[in-house]
Amino acid sequence: MLKDITIGQYFPGQSLLHRMDPRMKLILTLYFVVLLFVASNLLSVSLGVLVVIVGYAVSKVPLRMLLKSVRPVLLIVAFTALLNLFFVDGTPVFQWGFLTITQEGIRYAVLICVRIVCLIAGTSLLTYTTSPIALTDGLERLLAPLNRIHLPVHELAMMMTIALRFIPTLVEETDKIISAQKARGADLESGGLFQRAKALIPILIPLFISAFRRADELAMAMECRCYRGGEGRTRMRQLHYSAWDYAILGLFVAMTVAVVLINRIPLPI
Amino acid sequence: MSAILKLEHVSYVYSKGTPFEKTAIDDINLEIQPGELVGVIGHTGSGKSTLVQHLNGLLEPTSGKIYIDGQDLWADRTKLRTFRFQVGLVFQYPEYQLFEETVYKDIAFGPKNMGLSQEEIHRRVLQAAAFVGLQEDQLQKSPFELSGGQKRRVAIAGVLAMEPQVLVLDEPTAGLDPRGRDLILDQIKAYHEKQRNTVLLISHSMEDVAKYATKVLVMNQAKVFLYDTVDQVFSHAQEMEQMGLDVPQVTKICLELRKRGYALPDNIYTVEQACRALSRLAALEGRGTSC
Repeated sequence: MLKDITIGQYFPGQSLLHRMDPRMKLILTLYFVVLLFVASNLLSVSLGVLVVIVGYAVSKVPLRMLLKSVRPVLLIVAFTALLNLFFVDGTPVFQWGFLTITQEGIRYAVLICVRIVCLIAGTSLLTYTTSPIALTDGLERLLAPLNRIHLPVHELAMMMTIALRFIPTLVEETDKIISAQKARGADLESGGLFQRAKALIPILIPLFISAFRRADELAMAMECRCYRGGEGRTRMRQLHYSAWDYAILGLFVAMTVAVVLINRIPLPI
Repeated sequence: MSAILKLEHVSYVYSKGTPFEKTAIDDINLEIQPGELVGVIGHTGSGKSTLVQHLNGLLEPTSGKIYIDGQDLWADRTKLRTFRFQVGLVFQYPEYQLFEETVYKDIAFGPKNMGLSQEEIHRRVLQAAAFVGLQEDQLQKSPFELSGGQKRRVAIAGVLAMEPQVLVLDEPTAGLDPRGRDLILDQIKAYHEKQRNTVLLISHSMEDVAKYATKVLVMNQAKVFLYDTVDQVFSHAQEMEQMGLDVPQVTKICLELRKRGYALPDNIYTVEQACRALSRLAALEGRGTSC
């Protein structure tokens, strides 16, 4: 049951997107989000749709992964769409009792749907094509200037890497502890809320203890290998922006210009 | 005598219907008589651990039936918990499941879940603690103050206190030093002899299995390869070696000696047996030695 949780959505591959510098991918993902909200009419926002489609096609991430990423937010999308549909003022096109659907309402509803779906699909593409290690590495490099204001960027990135690394381990551990306590007759499935919460104690305490034990052992192992934090630490894998990274950045800049221009075109709806 | 544990065509497939599908145990048929001490051996990944998790209903077989003392385990899901008390399962590294404030309370966790009276729980805790050789003054300590071996014994006592008809131990000696290992195995043996119940002991050590078990269950590639007496199983020495399983070292030595013309019997599995056979041989040649 616990094994069904998917964390670290990385989908290994060798595509252009996979090989891009993680820093550039992070920047462009943020850029993409901003762009989606700059786009204010249906034609300009469809450029965003195009980016998502091309992105998935290039990355060779299977389409079901796209569906998987979008599915959890479908409810929110539907809810926001309905709100926009009924509560935006404008020229009415349909009226029934107190419900009024306006032209602007339809426009906003569609716009917000497309935006949210693109947002989720686009940002998921980042985690699908970037391994968690590369991602934290990229994040660390991007945030490196914050070191000047004494933000421990390297330590934070290391913590994130370790946390990601240990999620599957702890999930497995939890499964084991649950089985062991069940074998001693622990009843996890019946009883009221209070009973159930109490039944979690025999699972949580061993889990915490083993998490602390692992942390302790890991810290010891890191110290044994002379880990001293970020100061003066060199890297095995150096990050380099390639020509492709700049080319794609250029494309995004061009697209921004296009979006701003298209925004000015008055559309029938 | 009717079997205490009976498995009919039991199979279990992990992650069925996904690309990660893996058959962990495949068409297992097995009958274990009451009172046996069964050594379970097999490679990592041969399905031993999966098999034992079926015996108390922690895993539901993909197909097949499991009977405990003649009753179908999965016939009534609401009664599943009662079978957990009949078949006590001690996991690998059981000390990681300890959670209570005191050793006493931790051992009492199982009996308390059974809904027993205070007096009965008290009796069982003391008895289980005695079986694993815990001193009475240790019972009020926190389990986390104890040494590794002691923690392990507390965890085993926690299962013994349920007084299961069948006790299953998944590598109870993993990670212990030789002294701790012998201590625990001797205690399990004593428990088995006193309670006259059924014990299944998963082990990697052929020496331990040969020394303690009455019967041996050999698992290979998700199937039962052999289930027989110690003598019978280790007489398949060659096949076992092909599987990458070893016979006890002392058996290998004696077989080698036989090849070189020494008149030793071919069913030597423990150091004691070898010692007796060798001194008999020495006596025959007129050279007295003793073990």
